[in-house]
Amino acid sequence: MDQYIDIKVRVWRQAGPKAQGHFETYELKHVFQGASFLEMIDILNEQLVAEHKDPVTYDHDCREGICGMCSMYVNGHPHGPDSAITTCQLHMRKFKDGETITVEPWRSRAFPVIKDLMVDRGAYDKIMQAGGFVSVNTGGVPDANAIPIPKPVADEAMDAASCIGCGACAAACKNGSAMLFVAAKVSQLALLPQGKIEAAARAKAMVAKMDELGFGNCTNTGACAAECPKSVSLANIARLNREFLAAKFKD
Amino acid sequence: MAKKDEIIETAKKTAKKVAVKAAKKAVEMADVAVKKASKAIKEAQTPIITPQMAKIPAGPLELKWTNYKNHQKLVNPANKRRLDVIVVGTGLAGASAAASLAEMGFNVLNFCIQDSPRRAHSIAAQGGINAAKNYQNDGDSVYRLYYDTIKGGDYRAREANVYRLAEVSNNIIDQCVAQGVPFAREYGGLLDNRSFGGAQVSRTFYAKGQTGQQLLLGAYSALSRQIGKGKVKMYTRYEMLDIVLIKDENGEPRARGIIARNLVTGRIERFFAHAVVVGSGGYGNTFFLSTNAMASNGSAAMQMYRHGALFANPCYAQIHPTCIPKHGDFQSKLTLMSESLRNDGRIWVPKKLEDAKRLQAGEIKGRDIPEEDRDYYLERRYPAFGNLVPRDVASRAAKERCDKGYGVNNTGLAVFLDFSEAIQRLGKDVVAQKYGNLFQMYEKIVDENPYENPMMIFPAIHYTMGGIWVDYELQTSVKGLFCIGEANFSDHGANRLGASALMQGLADGYFVLPYTIQNYLSDQIGVPRMSTDLPEFAAAEKAVQDKIDRLMAIQGKRSVDSIHKELGLIMWDFVGMGRTAEGLKEGIKKIDAIKKEFWTNVYIPGEANSLNNELEKALRLADFIEIGRLMAVDALHREESCGGHFREEYQTPEGEALRQDDKFSYVGCWKYMGEDQEPQLIKEPLDYEFTERKTRNYKN
Amino acid sequence: MWLKDSSIGRKFVMALSGAALVFFLLFHGCMNLALVFSEEAYNAICRFLGANWYAVIGSLGIAFLVLVHFCYGLYLTIQNRAARGNDRYEVRGKKEGVTWESENMLVLGFIILGFLCLHLYNFWFRMQFAELTGIETGAFDPQNGAAYVKALFTEPIWGQVYCVLYLLWFVVLWLHLNHGVGSAMTSMGLNNLKWQKRVEVISTIVATLVVLPFAAVVLYYLGMGIGMLC
Repeated sequence: MDQYIDIKVRVWRQAGPKAQGHFETYELKHVFQGASFLEMIDILNEQLVAEHKDPVTYDHDCREGICGMCSMYVNGHPHGPDSAITTCQLHMRKFKDGETITVEPWRSRAFPVIKDLMVDRGAYDKIMQAGGFVSVNTGGVPDANAIPIPKPVADEAMDAASCIGCGACAAACKNGSAMLFVAAKVSQLALLPQGKIEAAARAKAMVAKMDELGFGNCTNTGACAAECPKSVSLANIARLNREFLAAKFKD
Repeated sequence: MAKKDEIIETAKKTAKKVAVKAAKKAVEMADVAVKKASKAIKEAQTPIITPQMAKIPAGPLELKWTNYKNHQKLVNPANKRRLDVIVVGTGLAGASAAASLAEMGFNVLNFCIQDSPRRAHSIAAQGGINAAKNYQNDGDSVYRLYYDTIKGGDYRAREANVYRLAEVSNNIIDQCVAQGVPFAREYGGLLDNRSFGGAQVSRTFYAKGQTGQQLLLGAYSALSRQIGKGKVKMYTRYEMLDIVLIKDENGEPRARGIIARNLVTGRIERFFAHAVVVGSGGYGNTFFLSTNAMASNGSAAMQMYRHGALFANPCYAQIHPTCIPKHGDFQSKLTLMSESLRNDGRIWVPKKLEDAKRLQAGEIKGRDIPEEDRDYYLERRYPAFGNLVPRDVASRAAKERCDKGYGVNNTGLAVFLDFSEAIQRLGKDVVAQKYGNLFQMYEKIVDENPYENPMMIFPAIHYTMGGIWVDYELQTSVKGLFCIGEANFSDHGANRLGASALMQGLADGYFVLPYTIQNYLSDQIGVPRMSTDLPEFAAAEKAVQDKIDRLMAIQGKRSVDSIHKELGLIMWDFVGMGRTAEGLKEGIKKIDAIKKEFWTNVYIPGEANSLNNELEKALRLADFIEIGRLMAVDALHREESCGGHFREEYQTPEGEALRQDDKFSYVGCWKYMGEDQEPQLIKEPLDYEFTERKTRNYKN
Repeated sequence: MWLKDSSIGRKFVMALSGAALVFFLLFHGCMNLALVFSEEAYNAICRFLGANWYAVIGSLGIAFLVLVHFCYGLYLTIQNRAARGNDRYEVRGKKEGVTWESENMLVLGFIILGFLCLHLYNFWFRMQFAELTGIETGAFDPQNGAAYVKALFTEPIWGQVYCVLYLLWFVVLWLHLNHGVGSAMTSMGLNNLKWQKRVEVISTIVATLVVLPFAAVVLYYLGMGIGMLC
């Protein structure tokens, strides 16, 4: 059963992208374990505002695990110590009375800190703009049932497509690599007949953009998939490698 | 003698009393007469929007859109390059509109409040999207989808708009599949469908429990392609704070740009365009607790309203029946469980009050109650539709049971959604495959396994059918200002059917606005790009800056959230699921008091010209307070029950909504008359030419 | 050149050079195994791989592979550290399913390289190199490698120390390969949803197959050495 607990929160505070960051520890009393982690941060912020202090800046929006906005590295894990969830779905019942919880932003050269726990994930958008699409304009497309797609293929594409672009993969990876993110999109579109036509060009363009933006090199540790809130599979990375190598050998 | 005097005196007194009484009565009667007369005068004076003013094309229902497209004005490719369009919002409507306009050749400036266009709240839609494909061979057609939508909306939507929506629904599915949206498929490789509330056919396309996400990512990918090509200039972490109107040579004001705040730097910036399209979503967060995202707000709508765009049917707010119940004061939002769960889940409360009491006390669990003691109240009351009645009906039925004391959790505000029968019938694996991610989500939040114990659900604010009034072209009453998606009022009437929001957002963005906007822009090809140094821009920026300065200067005692929570409670109690004239009047008074409290006692830390979340929230709350009041005013004036608007005075003996078609068959549009002035009512009568209005019946 | 400029290209080079080295090790291990069964056979192989042009080219090739594998590994790691940015994580939690070796491949690589130097000095320098250059290492007759190996590993105390060091080396090598083989397969695109678990198993099997013959020989001599001590 959920109880009330007293905790300490050690939060990374950084005034701006260029400022020197540091940890600040706050005490919170009587926090209900049924509260979500972000609700706990809300309570902390209410407390800070009441003391006329600057509240902790952090990204959050839908609070149901799908928008991919929330991004906190809690006790050494992106999205905290629970599996297959985002920070907003993390609940205080995962923590014990008297515990000190360390909260850090995503740390990646390609995701510079904007303020406190808020980072700029524009790099992921840029990768998408480089090729994460099927080049069709609105209108003039065939009937939806014109091309049958085997259910297992469609299901696998769906699993790859469930990526929410939160950045946990790059944050979790000791190499700061964005491979799982890129692989998920390349896989989804390479699996479907609609996306196959541009598959080679897409793989090359997206990988080139990923490299250009300063993400690291994948060494297949599997940390990304282990920490992915949507459990996107490592198999997608193999498919991306395959697509990319095939495209390069064809050239 | 003395006696005589006495008698005279008494007579005098009595006469006086009678006279005073009579006079009083006369005055009273006169008062009533004056009131009646003034009401009649007011009624006679209430401006009317005619179908011509709403630009509804002539001709039979099924040919209106075709006729419109055949005769509308277009812009040639060379001229498209010279025209700029601002699109505010990157949800299904905004992203699809921005992408489609850019593909056509227009220069698009696209704004979103989040760090990426992919995060707009459309992403959270779970269940699916409707289309009249009839792939299941169950007798579906464009007309049937149209009819279900009109009926589901309790006959308070425009016929022409809804028919067009049903017509383009099929194109949406084709478009999304071509983009690589991984819809669920059957083993034969063709698309699968499920059924949703308010329909007797299976016409809902879905992608696991993440349909909104997949559709939005489809639109986002199309948008990304255009950003990559340089046809769309994307502004993330920007919030629109005002619309800029500039008068044309005939003195008519036209939307020519926006003022937006860069949320990272706090800088206020000006942007010009030949037309402005707003797809900023709904205003459900007025209630503080809703299924909307934290940043979802109604400020863009209020800015349009203040500049003369009409706010239509603000009181139509949808309360979704299947949300996870509230569990504490610290709660920041409510989580929706997809309506698709009602395909296989059965909703019930105990038959016996003592069982309910024991559930509330936590002595027993749902599974402990034997089958014969369960009241499947939706199946009981609505045999034909059962658990798949429309949302408003299901929500009210849940409230009715809980009001009678049959609630099943510690607050008494929850009912069961039970899968035990489905698990028995289909097996746990099939249920897990269909709803696994939703079950997992539930378990993470509530810490209870829904495979073993029935889920608990309760209604919550989910969607707002009301919004900015638009004509058939999706143009507001301000020239050059367009409104799409949930932000407008057009297609859902008084209640929206499940899986229709995605349909409307994408219909507006892909297939309607990109056509209709050309009818406007074709007249604008001669208008050069204007400088943002024009006095109109400067004045708009100053007004925004003044408002911010005023807020920052208050330095009161209360946090923004604490005031917002208070507003939310008032909204839920007085402008919520069951409304009364008395309650609404009381609510308006309380909202006025909140407004005063906010403008005198809010505390915003930090600087205005830097990243400041509290300031962002305060700016939004200032508008939520106004919207809340407008909702109450509209709800008070609409003396009937229809769809999402339920006035307790107007119900059948069985507790069903009672429409007053003779008096309220119109769109209630509100015109802004100035700060702290009562808004003016303008009516757009809804004359049903093609469809017979019936009492909604989901019983048989 | 995409093999240098793109991250997947670089990984491909790592995978390819690694895979080639695995094949070399497999061969080397099998050859060593001959020691246990027949010293003559071992010597015959040694002669075959002595100062012949093809053996020299092979050795140079292997040296090149090691160099490429090492340089790329170093380059990748430097890049990867830079990708983390200026501030590093204060707390790093244990990630489920992520093996220790996968996150420490460079360290393992360095340890392997260190032992390799010792090994090259012990054997290659005194065998193929000595034969090639004809310099006198004074250790043994280059034509009788088997005797030399036996002498080195069974020498009292020092022989046993060598055995333990070599066994330690094999453990490190096993860890390196346990991640490396599967990783190489994934990098070359040889993996999918169904094969994910299987690739992990294959990786462990290959790592064990590579290490086992080497270890068997060392354990054989260790036993012999200890037996001689007693």
